[in-house]
Amino acid sequence: MPFMTYAEASRAAIAEEMRRDPAVWAVGEDLGRGGVFGQYKGLVEEFGPERVSDAPISEACIMGAAVGAAMMGTRPIVEMRFSDFALCAVDELVNQAAKARYMFGGQTRVPLVVREPIGMWRSSAAQHSQSLEAWYAHIPGLVVVCPSTPADNKGLLKSAIRCDDPVVYMEHKNLWGLEGEVPEDDDFTVPIGEARVVREGGDLTIVSWSAQVHVCVKAAEALATRGIKAEVIDLRSLWPWDKARVLASVEKTGRLLIAQESVSVAGFGAEVAATVAERLHKALKAPVKRLGAPRAPISYAPPLEDAARVSKEMIVNTAEGLVRT
Amino acid sequence: MWRIRAFEELALRGLHEKLVLGAIHPSIGQEAVAAGVCPNLDRHDVLLSTHRGHGHTLAKGADPLAMMRELFGRAGGNCGGKGGSMHIADFGVGMLGANGVVAANIVIAAGAAHAVKLKRESKVVCCIFGDGAINRGPFLEGLNWAKVFGLPVLFVCEDNGFAATTRTRAMTAGEGPSARARSLGIAAEEVDGNDVLAVDAAARQAIAALRDGGGPRFLHLHTYRLTGHTGADPAAYRPKEEVEARWKDDPISRAAALLEAAGHPTASLAEARNAAYAEMIAAYEAARETPFPPVDQAFADVQDVGDPRAEAF
Ligand SMILES: Cc1ncc(C[n+]2csc(CCOP(=O)(O)OP(=O)(O)O)c2C)c(N)n1
Ligand SMILES: [Mg+2]
Repeated sequence: MPFMTYAEASRAAIAEEMRRDPAVWAVGEDLGRGGVFGQYKGLVEEFGPERVSDAPISEACIMGAAVGAAMMGTRPIVEMRFSDFALCAVDELVNQAAKARYMFGGQTRVPLVVREPIGMWRSSAAQHSQSLEAWYAHIPGLVVVCPSTPADNKGLLKSAIRCDDPVVYMEHKNLWGLEGEVPEDDDFTVPIGEARVVREGGDLTIVSWSAQVHVCVKAAEALATRGIKAEVIDLRSLWPWDKARVLASVEKTGRLLIAQESVSVAGFGAEVAATVAERLHKALKAPVKRLGAPRAPISYAPPLEDAARVSKEMIVNTAEGLVRT
Repeated sequence: MWRIRAFEELALRGLHEKLVLGAIHPSIGQEAVAAGVCPNLDRHDVLLSTHRGHGHTLAKGADPLAMMRELFGRAGGNCGGKGGSMHIADFGVGMLGANGVVAANIVIAAGAAHAVKLKRESKVVCCIFGDGAINRGPFLEGLNWAKVFGLPVLFVCEDNGFAATTRTRAMTAGEGPSARARSLGIAAEEVDGNDVLAVDAAARQAIAALRDGGGPRFLHLHTYRLTGHTGADPAAYRPKEEVEARWKDDPISRAAALLEAAGHPTASLAEARNAAYAEMIAAYEAARETPFPPVDQAFADVQDVGDPRAEAF
């Protein structure tokens, strides 16, 4: 299997899907030069400027035009550059894309993918660092995907492009350069809604998604040296989310820790925690525990930015606490 | 125009009889806009409308019974009773939706036309919005987009002088809709929107230009809302005399006078009027006899993946 980066994997996914289906096209600011993170590099050369289209700095119109174009039988991939900027297009996404099929009584579908890069990255500060996945998980009609590896970024993006629902596709900016093995096969896809068990273990379950998964894996390695076997689950998508996989794991381990980069309050971890508490009260050997960011904007200065992170040490200590109770 | 007037009057009756459930925005007095613009579109051409969209939708060819059922929230409505007045759509006749969000249809129209261009189709897209909509960002973004990409969109500003209870001019800087369009290099024409022949001529010419691939066009149509903003609004914020004077400019009376002056027999005009009312009364009666949709439809057509009932109740 070839090695490629998370960004290259997404590029391969788009190229393959554009070759496969002439209805697929991409639109966003600066795509003609490969996109701001290089995640569209080479695509305009292969597919031309109509199918890999530049756009004015008009987030509402990029998203709204994608809604209209999707209702007219095309499959747009929308680039928002930073999930923060997609807030300029929330009406188009939440009131239009997510609602059209339902409120028009099933007369139409809105098969668009909106790429909204998330996460803390190189002192990007308060307006370029947010992880807003929980906002969209709350909206009926939307699918929310948060890939954490190059292989998943290819397989999930391909599934998202083929999906007839509007998909909010949130790549983590800190992962663009992450390398990994990625299947070359054109038919390789990762189904939306299936979690990945990154590491098996019987003592506690750690649930995470996006870049935070990698911190959890490091924590699990450290825990192993202390004799604690943690099972790490990468949800990969938040809507739908793989409840069955999480419940089966917690039934086995009796302990659940959820770690997320996004703000903890009203975050998706709360949904996971509540679901487990409702279903598995008797199986739990310790209280469910969440770790997430404080409810504060992200800082510019590195030590302050780091202060908002859920660190490996926090995960290790919290996990140990749960297991030793 | 009689069909639209009759539909709106029956919709208002339905509101008073509690058959219409949510808000409706009647277009009484504005019929010449719908009747002048929409018949110039082919069935496969695309229309995007507003919260005040009954007239546009009828004129695009939607079935009044399905529309009345939609207003009553019944099975067999255009949207299965799930949308109501502000979300009527009939994709079968190229009507891609009214919209509950002012100006949201402008960017969607730009995208619909973008798809037409990508697919090398010959359709045109018509987007009707109110004078209030020009003060929202999507107006600028959508017009700029259509111009930059050279898209076949006819933008129609249906200027009834009001944005809800506010006189739009009091909240609008500059020279207004056409000037804003022209500032982007979009050819714009200002027309008496209560003169159905003038609207028809302007729309026909603009749509022909779209079909020739000349990029977007803009029509600014001056009209007046003879009723309140919604069916429940007595419009007490404007003087009676103003409204009375405006009734003298009723587009239907004006069209009838033109026809009579051209020698059209008065009896055949009355016949057309009666036929319109009979059609809409029949739709009204049939809609009220139609059941509500089955409750399982509440959670149908949400999305393909994920169970909408998860963790609920
Ligand atoms: C974004 C948004 N803001 C406010 C409203 C509430 N609203 C509904 S109709 C309306 C007035 C719109 O005026 P105009 O665009 O001139 O259309 P008209 O009602 O005159 O046909 C307002 C403010 C809305 N639906 N959407
Ligand atoms: Mg108005």
